[in-house]
Amino acid sequence: MERFSTVFLIAGVAFFGVSVFVMAWMPFVHMRDIPYQPLEQVSQEMIPEFAQLAEMFPDAFKRYYPAGVTPVSYAKALRLGRDIYVAEACWHCHSQYVRPVSNESIRFGPVSVAAEYANALEFPQLFGTRRVGPDLIREHGKHTNDWHVAHFWNPPDIAPTSVMPRYPWFYEAAPTEAEPDRYVLNERGIAIITFVQWLGSWLEEYPATLYNLNAAGAR
Amino acid sequence: MSSQTATRPLVDEGLVKAMIIASMAWFLISLMGGFFFSLQFLQAYPFPKTELLSPGRVRLIHTNLIAYGFLVNGLLAGLTWAIPRLTGRPLLFNRFSWLLFWVWQAIVLLTFTGLLAGHAQALEWGETPTGFRPGAFNLTDMTWAPVDILVVIGFLLVSINYYTPIILSKSKAMYVSLWYFSAGFVWTALTYVMGNFFPEYFLPGASGAAVTGLFIHDLVGLFVTPMGWGLMYYFVPLILKKPIWSHGLSLIGFWALAFFYPLNGVHHFLWSPIPMYAQYGAVISTIAVEVVVTTVVVNFFATIVGSGQFLRDNLPIRWFYTAMIFYFTTCLQCAVQVTLTVQKIIHFTDWVVGHSHLIMFGVFGFWILGVMVHLWPKLTGNEWYNPRLNHWHFWLTAVGMFIMFWDLIIAGLIQGYEWQALAPWEQSLISSTPFWLVRTISGTMIIVGQFIFAYNMWMTARGARSRLYVTAPQAA
Ligand code: HEC
Repeated sequence: MERFSTVFLIAGVAFFGVSVFVMAWMPFVHMRDIPYQPLEQVSQEMIPEFAQLAEMFPDAFKRYYPAGVTPVSYAKALRLGRDIYVAEACWHCHSQYVRPVSNESIRFGPVSVAAEYANALEFPQLFGTRRVGPDLIREHGKHTNDWHVAHFWNPPDIAPTSVMPRYPWFYEAAPTEAEPDRYVLNERGIAIITFVQWLGSWLEEYPATLYNLNAAGAR
Repeated sequence: MSSQTATRPLVDEGLVKAMIIASMAWFLISLMGGFFFSLQFLQAYPFPKTELLSPGRVRLIHTNLIAYGFLVNGLLAGLTWAIPRLTGRPLLFNRFSWLLFWVWQAIVLLTFTGLLAGHAQALEWGETPTGFRPGAFNLTDMTWAPVDILVVIGFLLVSINYYTPIILSKSKAMYVSLWYFSAGFVWTALTYVMGNFFPEYFLPGASGAAVTGLFIHDLVGLFVTPMGWGLMYYFVPLILKKPIWSHGLSLIGFWALAFFYPLNGVHHFLWSPIPMYAQYGAVISTIAVEVVVTTVVVNFFATIVGSGQFLRDNLPIRWFYTAMIFYFTTCLQCAVQVTLTVQKIIHFTDWVVGHSHLIMFGVFGFWILGVMVHLWPKLTGNEWYNPRLNHWHFWLTAVGMFIMFWDLIIAGLIQGYEWQALAPWEQSLISSTPFWLVRTISGTMIIVGQFIFAYNMWMTARGARSRLYVTAPQAA
């Protein structure tokens, strides 16, 4: 009784230790052998959408990514894209894992596995806990670059019921009256679209999902 | 009230007052953040083209200011008041406590500006900027003030400050409040270090997610919960003027909470790529926590038996017990929603948002507000400017919270079932819109309530007295 406060100190730390052992250490040991991919490795295999962005916005691309369509530029865009994804809290409206339940593999694509997250762009992971918009881990190729360019400018233009915010600061210039379809991305715009298009690009083949089952172009 | 020692008063009442003011100020800002973000869901966001007020960033403001501005300041106000009284000793630091107070406000301010400027960290409830490039700890590569490190140092100093009187206390047996406080102080810094540094610098991917889940949970379970219950064990018997019903039961409640609560973490990522045994473990211990919680709640309700008139006449007690009913609701809900079956439907939906609002605000927020209602007249030395406004505050807040909770629960079920039925995504947005409207309206009720309360506090501090009560003084 005399040293009751010491009991709390020790018990407090011990219980905490038990929980860290079971809830953190054991999963860590379990998944330790999954090879970790640093950014240099992730960026070796470029997605075609990145090259296409360079074609769509040649001036802006050259200005911000002077190394051209190379793994160096690609790594830079992915890194910045992820930073934006974190800063704008996209991850509080979009999750990044497909669960084996609730027909999610039909809606989004193959169920997520741990190995997909052992890389520099999921560090810390971006699992997310809320889906206001759809899951994004199988986003690669689901929409064209054009679609994304118009979507980030003002989502309700594309999906009238969308509650996704607009991101005009991803653009160098606003479309004008004369050219309503002419959007020019800036560095951040190129980066976020590269990052979103990268998600799921590691799958061997493009999955059959609700998106391509519903007549193409439905969304 | 405050007994004088030779050197300084037992309780620095000015500090308690400052903490309450700070808590309330951050709270109001946070509420405005939540309000604006809710307008985004009605396609009516007022600043769509302002980068610094991008809705996602404003959402981060909402949660982080609640945690580090409102809850931390509010709980510390209660602790500053209660711990010296329970131990008979003042806090360790005198002037330095004030410095800590101001440093803490600076930390919250840095978090606030950092989040708006786009320096968030990708860890839920710990978006406080790390200051370093993601994944790297490189001093030459600082992008923002290293808030994370400041928070840890701050928590450590606060713990030392408040833990010392507990250790030095002369009395042989410790009152239950002090168990909760001491355990809470031990856990908070550990939790923060674990949750903010390991997934950021050492644990990528799924193993980092396990730790993140643990952090989300422990911040609530190992900081806010023990501090909150500790304050309840202090204030409730004091106001009711009778001891807590069963000391033995509070013992069980405490130790079971201490053991099971930390084991819940992974339940934030069920059906995820985290190994299943960790998920099963989290589910089982979450259900176990429900048993624990029942003992605590039973204890408090057995205490008030025979003193029911306090619920009518005494506003702080009403806040406390309303929150306890909400607490029991959330915990019961927890035991159900954590099962892997229910998770299939409700995870990722507004159900979870409803749940977290009920626990963070409906319980801990209510307790803090109750403590404020109790302490403010004592701290200012004035009667409430207008007690009737406090009743408006209570009813607007409680009813608003009740509506918001059920609204989001139902919305969550609808979203979950529509997703499972493979309805187009747009359908879930269309179905949710009426619920999002009700959410904004109920949120507005809560906000109006808090502004009324802030006004009442302000007028009370000035020593004003509503004309109504100058003529009818017995109404209080
Ligand atoms: C307020 C919540 C919210 C935020 C914040 C948000 N989104 Fe969305 N997002 C949605 C909703 C709702 C949809 C579905 C409707 C639509 O297509 O616009 C969506 C759709 C999308 C889609 C199309 C998904 C598909 O498969 O059809 C992408 C890509 C996307 N968002 C990326 C982002 C990125 C990147 C960010 C951060 C810069 C972001 N979102 C921020 C709510 C949000």
